[in-house]
Amino acid sequence: MCECVRLGTENQVAEFEAVLEQNKGNGENVMEVLQKTQGIFGYIPELTVAKIANALQIAESKVYGIITFYSQFSLTPKAKYNLDICLGTACFVMGAQEVLDKILAKLGVRVGEMTKDGKWIVTSCRCLGCCGLAPAITINGEVYGKVKVEDVDKIIDSFED
Amino acid sequence: MNICELEKIKQQFIKEINFRKLGDTSGVEYKYDVMVCGGTGCRSCKSKKVQDALEETVKAKGLENLVKVHGVGCFGLCVNGPIVLIYPNDALYEKVAVEDVEEIVSSLAEDKLVERLLHHEDGKAIEKKDEMSFCKKQRYIARNNSEFMCLENILEDYIALDGYRALHKVVSEMKPEEVVKVISDSGLRGRGGAGFPTGKKWEFTRVVEAEQKYVICNADEGDPGAFMDRSIIESNPHAIIEAMAICGYAIGANKGFVYLRAEYPLAGERLQKAIDDATARGLLGEKIFGTDFSFELEIKYGAGAFVCGEETALMRSIEGNRGEPTLKPPYPATKGLYGCPTVINNVETLANVAQIINNGAEWYNQIGTPDSKGTKVFALTGKINNSGLIELPMGTTIREIIYEIGGGIPNGKKFKAVQMGGPSGGCIPEQHLDTPIDYKSLSELGSMMGSGGMIVVDEDTCMVDLAKFFLQFTRDESCGKCTPCRIGNKRILEILTKITDGEATMDDLDELEKLCHYVKDNSLCGLGQTSPNPVLSTLRYFRDEYIEHIKDHKCRAGVCKKLSKYVITDKCIGCSACSRQCPVGAISGEIRSKFNIDQEKCIKCGKCCETCRFGAIVKE
Repeated sequence: MCECVRLGTENQVAEFEAVLEQNKGNGENVMEVLQKTQGIFGYIPELTVAKIANALQIAESKVYGIITFYSQFSLTPKAKYNLDICLGTACFVMGAQEVLDKILAKLGVRVGEMTKDGKWIVTSCRCLGCCGLAPAITINGEVYGKVKVEDVDKIIDSFED
Repeated sequence: MNICELEKIKQQFIKEINFRKLGDTSGVEYKYDVMVCGGTGCRSCKSKKVQDALEETVKAKGLENLVKVHGVGCFGLCVNGPIVLIYPNDALYEKVAVEDVEEIVSSLAEDKLVERLLHHEDGKAIEKKDEMSFCKKQRYIARNNSEFMCLENILEDYIALDGYRALHKVVSEMKPEEVVKVISDSGLRGRGGAGFPTGKKWEFTRVVEAEQKYVICNADEGDPGAFMDRSIIESNPHAIIEAMAICGYAIGANKGFVYLRAEYPLAGERLQKAIDDATARGLLGEKIFGTDFSFELEIKYGAGAFVCGEETALMRSIEGNRGEPTLKPPYPATKGLYGCPTVINNVETLANVAQIINNGAEWYNQIGTPDSKGTKVFALTGKINNSGLIELPMGTTIREIIYEIGGGIPNGKKFKAVQMGGPSGGCIPEQHLDTPIDYKSLSELGSMMGSGGMIVVDEDTCMVDLAKFFLQFTRDESCGKCTPCRIGNKRILEILTKITDGEATMDDLDELEKLCHYVKDNSLCGLGQTSPNPVLSTLRYFRDEYIEHIKDHKCRAGVCKKLSKYVITDKCIGCSACSRQCPVGAISGEIRSKFNIDQEKCIKCGKCCETCRFGAIVKE
């Protein structure tokens, strides 16, 4: 199998190559390059790590070190629906843990695990800044505020097609 | 851009601003401005759809010449979003849905307000927003004027409200040392956490001779429960741009960075547009206002690491490294970004700067208390009725904030404490409610101003569990570079878990306290030096709750699962519904007589309690 097929679509690969070209030899832009890579593929495929290191002329270990340091970067693919639950203080006080427990029970997964059908991944984050709407979750970036345990079924079912 | 062009833009837009701000109808030909909040909070309650519907309805009814619809910055009362403001009435509608739009527009056509959408207090509708108890005590400086500016032409509206005047004054009339002196004399202190005097920071950097210097705006608002920086950037980005340019002129820097959390996409979008607009108008870039001063600005995005809010870690991250802090000194003022002298200021701090230049240090100095000048923005959240953003003069008491502005605790519950300063801060219990808010009083109570997150907790919150929550946070967010923070916080969390599981002894409590002091004294950066504060502060005010957990195996808030148990009371009719729901088969009994829960088997999931239709199962 050719490498580009393993990475993603032709367009994605072309876009990625363009990002590398723009930042050639520019090690200090590594965060930006990683953010763009994740934007293109939805995650950071392992195969891109060496390419980025090569293009930016920094050690592969450094790129890998940065990916694993920052919680936003992911080396695993995303699901169809990515549910992120805020576990910031306001949400915690307003019962986010119970909402999370209910979500996990409903989908039958643990935090960070993909459902068997590849539809859902549940992750938690530290404060979305919507504290007035606590507890808050996002699904593919859209915010749902003041979520109650009773609402969980309805919200998740609305995505089942 | 020169002063005449600035004045020309002002004259073009001032009429509409005066219409909204002062209710001055002369000079505008339409009758109403309808402003829909476009902050992240309201946007997530579908405020964009409300705005679109308003625009369509106004058009469909042929009222375009009478009613104008705009987006507007965050008003602060996020809990009741989406918020819609009506000018010149100065009315505020809350929880507006798309279904309400028709009524809003028709009522404006008849010069009436929709009473049911107004804010109500004691059953009475409040017609003017400034008469709401949420607003009465507020004083806006950092969040000044954002409720009057349209998001669509925010640069022009900002200029009409005297924006970029301060930058003009500074570059054309003042020497750098004069600028620094005004900021020093104003008494402005950092709003991001430590409260260091801003003027001093600028002066330290100004006096260093170097070819290259930098200004950084710290917008990595990581404290859970604080969102004022996000709101300021979304609602009034030009205030930050202007302040950074002023700082650049004062210290001799020609380049600035805004380090923004990746979790705030909307703020990034608005700030980027503002930077582009300002550059296009010559308010950023080469030879600003025809002087020799040049300044450019760039946004750098974080990637979800709390420790990057620490200034040395933040600079490492901008340079393209893991965000690990370094030892101070050297301070950023002498050796900062790329080894060059650097000023790092928080968003809210910068939001005060232009107004201090315009109105003078004296003006700012009169607001607040002797050691804490000006106002502070707080994010009031948790168990409180009016949850949202508020800005108050320093010296306001916590009681005023909670009971007058915040409207008290919902559902008749009892106030227990307010947590301030996030994972570095502490809680303040009921007996200290009358404390005035200033840097000194808060630190004497073992809490801190921090970035201004105020999380109210009531009797349903277990204080040991709350401390555990914060330690889970710091354990996860510790960068791992220094041992006391990396391992110490983990050990603290383990002891706390032992306590909430009912397995701890009184010796553990002593060990916990010792360990907290050890981590505080020996950690490398601000994260580790403050991470034990939530434990120490709950121990200080709620030690009896810790002891109850240890000695009596009791959690009075009923939060700690391992210490609570479910019991079936005499109300049980023996229907067996609960036993069929129990996932571990812990409930047994004979039909039509009282059932029993085997406490050894029970995992305390609470399913039985939810299932019982007779209220016969209680948590003890």
